[in-house]
Amino acid sequence: MSAYTHQDPRLHGIKTKIRVVPNFPKSGIMFQDITTLLLDPKAFKDTIDLFVERYKGKNISVVAGIEARGFIFGPPIALAIGAKFVPLRKPKKLPGKVISQEYILEYGRDCLEMHVGAVETGDRAIVVDDLIATGGTLCAAMDLLERVGAEVVECACVIELPELKGRERLNGKPLYVLVEYFEI
Amino acid sequence: MQSSSSRLLLCSSKPNSLFGSAVTPTLPSSLRFPPLSLTIPNSTSSSIRLRSLRSSVTEMASQDQDPRIARISSAIRVIPDFPKPGIMFQDITTLLLDTKAFKDTIDLFVERYRDQNISVVAGVEARGFIFGPPIALAIGAKFVPMRKPKKLPGEVISEEYSLEYGTDKIEMHVGAVQPGERALVIDDLIATGGTLCAAIKLLERVEVTVVECACVIELPELKGRERLGDRSLFVLVEAEGA
Repeated sequence: MSAYTHQDPRLHGIKTKIRVVPNFPKSGIMFQDITTLLLDPKAFKDTIDLFVERYKGKNISVVAGIEARGFIFGPPIALAIGAKFVPLRKPKKLPGKVISQEYILEYGRDCLEMHVGAVETGDRAIVVDDLIATGGTLCAAMDLLERVGAEVVECACVIELPELKGRERLNGKPLYVLVEYFEI
Repeated sequence: MQSSSSRLLLCSSKPNSLFGSAVTPTLPSSLRFPPLSLTIPNSTSSSIRLRSLRSSVTEMASQDQDPRIARISSAIRVIPDFPKPGIMFQDITTLLLDTKAFKDTIDLFVERYRDQNISVVAGVEARGFIFGPPIALAIGAKFVPMRKPKKLPGEVISEEYSLEYGTDKIEMHVGAVQPGERALVIDDLIATGGTLCAAIKLLERVEVTVVECACVIELPELKGRERLGDRSLFVLVEAEGA
């Protein structure tokens, strides 16, 4: 589901603030740069508000944010809805005892970690990142949360690249995004 | 040297708020502050400096203290020997699990900066990304991420800085800030001040005024405050680093 299909008037301002940088990090990739969105206080606030309006009052106890751009959007949402913020990080960054989830990349593997004890059985969680592409990282994030007995209510991203079919990879878990980007 | 991690509690004092009783952190039991006995090394008792949280709390009782600070301080977890032996790592992730303490942390910064005409909040990757944006949103400023090399996709300016062994680099997007803007630099913690200095230099190179650096935690023994020179530093909590 995408907010864009319902044409909330704030979405146009958000979409136009996202900068596309061609050939980053490598040739052929059209990189969706959200840093320009963060330079517009109104558009950044609208972005957060759209998520907060969706999740407030839904008994969400955990907002999990994926390093590093999920750290920008997750905490303001968590603060506004009264949920804990749980950072999901690359290996060896979290100092305490962690659980890890490996996931496949185009070439090779990567790993996502979460602190033991941060999330408890019965917690209702959303996973936040700036963008969903293939969905690999979001899947790993959901696995981590479900392994400790949390319920993943939804994944929330600012941007979706529908052509990369990340939504299907989420195995039926709901996905909510504000804008879609098509390479055409 | 292992020392029990003690914290001095600081912050802007409000005239009528005296330090109250220590607040029990509402953490899951698995994440509670480890008992002090775990940090005592096997050496002669005379060389061990035991300072319980309670006594350090008493020391500060005579100072005016914003009542929110105690809970913020006790919500921060110390992990010994991370990332390497001898380092007492200040883990703010447990603070983020305490919804009231996290909100209070942000509120303390927002109250300080909301009327200061700040147009830029620069946050240092990655934990500065957690505290910076909520402050920026509340005071109506832009948020500018300062990142490790090769993460920012557009044209960047870089500043190199020294580490204990070798150097590192911090980057900012060209055009993110304009000359004459007033900025804050945010990170979770200031240790030696190397990273913060580099961040300040990046902003000053493009003629931005750095009004203040703001961190949740300071490790005073590492003298980061001196490395910042005459630039202003504001922190909520002080801790022993090693």
